[in-house]
Amino acid sequence: MREITLSQAVNEAIAEEMRRDPTVFLMGEDVAEAGTPFKVLSGLVEEFGTDRVLDTPISEPGFVGLAVGAAMTGARPIVDLMFGDFIYLVMDQLCNQAAKQHYMSGGKLTVPMVLRTNIGATRRSAAQHSQSLQALVAHIPGVKVAMPSSAYEAKGLMKTAIRDNNPVVIFEDKLMYQDKAPVPEEEYLIPFGEAHIKREGSDITFIATSSMVQVAEKAAALLDAEGISAEVIDPRTIVPLDEATLLASVKKTSRAIVIDEGHQSYGVTAEIASRLNEKAFYHLDAPVLRMGAMDVPVPFSPALEDITVPTPEGVAANARKLCAGEMIHAA
Amino acid sequence: MTKTNTEDYLRMYTQMVRIRTFEDNANQLYLSAKMPGLTHMYSGEEAVAVGICEALTDDDRITSTHRGHGHCVAKGAEFKEMFCELLGKAEGYCRGKGGSMHIADQSHGNLGANAIVGGSMGIATGSALRAKLQGSDDVTVCFFGDGATAQGLWYEVMNMAALWNLPVIYACENNGYSEYTKTEEIAAGSITARAEAFGIESHQVDGQDVLAVNALTNKLVARARKGEGPFFLELMTYRYHGHHVGDINREYYRSKDEEKDWKENRDPIVRFRGYLVEQGIATEDEIEAINTAVEKDATDAVAYAEAAAYPDVSEVDMHVFSDIEHALA
Ligand SMILES: Cc1ncc(C[n+]2csc(CCOP(=O)(O)OP(=O)(O)O)c2C)c(N)n1
Ligand SMILES: [Mg+2]
Repeated sequence: MREITLSQAVNEAIAEEMRRDPTVFLMGEDVAEAGTPFKVLSGLVEEFGTDRVLDTPISEPGFVGLAVGAAMTGARPIVDLMFGDFIYLVMDQLCNQAAKQHYMSGGKLTVPMVLRTNIGATRRSAAQHSQSLQALVAHIPGVKVAMPSSAYEAKGLMKTAIRDNNPVVIFEDKLMYQDKAPVPEEEYLIPFGEAHIKREGSDITFIATSSMVQVAEKAAALLDAEGISAEVIDPRTIVPLDEATLLASVKKTSRAIVIDEGHQSYGVTAEIASRLNEKAFYHLDAPVLRMGAMDVPVPFSPALEDITVPTPEGVAANARKLCAGEMIHAA
Repeated sequence: MTKTNTEDYLRMYTQMVRIRTFEDNANQLYLSAKMPGLTHMYSGEEAVAVGICEALTDDDRITSTHRGHGHCVAKGAEFKEMFCELLGKAEGYCRGKGGSMHIADQSHGNLGANAIVGGSMGIATGSALRAKLQGSDDVTVCFFGDGATAQGLWYEVMNMAALWNLPVIYACENNGYSEYTKTEEIAAGSITARAEAFGIESHQVDGQDVLAVNALTNKLVARARKGEGPFFLELMTYRYHGHHVGDINREYYRSKDEEKDWKENRDPIVRFRGYLVEQGIATEDEIEAINTAVEKDATDAVAYAEAAAYPDVSEVDMHVFSDIEHALA
């Protein structure tokens, strides 16, 4: 199968959906000629013109608000938010407006919009350009949240998001834009709420999102050599969450570590760990561990930044302790 | 306080050269892969930062932007601490935690660069509110770009600044572009008219003329100290480099001829140097001596920063909260 980059996968998904449905349009800062600073959207304005690929001023709450209104009245906007950190600026439009229209109107109004943005530290971009804020959005009922872990997921999830009748936020890891993966030529969609078992194992389950899937897979490879068999599961969407697949795995392995790059406290990892505790308690041989980013703003200095995120070695070390029966938080 | 004597003129010249030299060295650090991440060069806009900051004292505050090295130098910062910060070293102004986009220098009243476009507009206006409430006569200058005028926050804070006569000067550095887009494609109508709509006195100035910028700012700062603020300045200027150091191939959004025209015909340093010599304020030799001294200062500071130590890893959870040494301990 051919291999393409995550960036190309996103581009293809959007182009295919724009060809298929004339109500789909794209807007954001420097999305047209510049194709975004990450060059993810290059070429789209050439094919679809400036009526469907709109460069906006630096007015994030404004253009997200426009997307909500356009979506409520018959269009399917895709909004590009250049950095996930800017989600704070658009919270009212996203969480008070987009997320609640369907419910508040008793099911009469819909907001079929996609907000694509990014996450990920270790790019030396400091505290306001490195955050992974998916938990903030996932906390709000009415918004779906997708977190692609490779080019394959990026394409399939984007196409599903565009056809979904709800607001969907897609968080791409900005360090993965150039990562290649096999992506079929023929059309496919990835349904929301279907986790993917990336690797089967019997001793411990790693549930990991986005780029943390790679971290978990590397950790699993390290452990293999030592005779510890780790299963790696990618939920692919955290809202909706495929609880059944996660529970089945944990019931089989009896141990789990949940890994996500958001801050560890009050985060995605906490939510998933707590569901496992609630619904698989009697199957567990060890506490479910959370591994997220350190609870500090992302520091600029490489000497500090690199220690704030989960690493394969860190995951493997925790897995060893769990498998050895060490209750590492027992004190 | 008007600056008419030789010393002030030479300091303005020196400060502009310091900014240009700092940026040339920072760019070099990027090109040789010695600087982590990306940075936004201020080269070409020196007369704006220097013309304004020379009208301020250390008690006056500024807020800066992602393109912030120029403001930082102009407000009095030292090369050594700045380069250390750019390289993420412990002796940097922010102990390596902030980097280029968050460099702040409390000792000279620089409240910090900001990586959120328009993100400092509230901070600057709040600083001016504090001055008024506490009966202090310091003034705050809020630097931001033409692109930042699209942020709704500006209109909210301008309204309050005007209602309450706050001592804040909004300084819009109009360099013709926000990232890869021309200003006219993202800004409807006139920018000065937007401030005027709130009853704020507004001026458009040649941002390549340090004396014009400085003379006007001196007057406005004096009036702001007396409670006659706020004011708005639109400074017409140009950035010589790409949006950031990695923006090399930029002919798809602006022509080489345009860049050449600004560099060759309107350079703020060349212009001011010509003026100083013509007016007999400095000789060519004296100017060259300044340039050489600044060059050496920068080379030494870069060497120092390269050799300096990174922060100890134990610093990672320091400074999350005030009065708590280690947040995660
Ligand atoms: C809220 C926000 N939106 C977008 C960006 C990305 N961004 C960084 S600089 C920039 C352009 C800013 O243009 P301008 O204000 O004119 O300043 P200049 O770079 O020209 O000095 C953009 C869009 C950001 N940092 N913050
Ligand atoms: Mg600009």
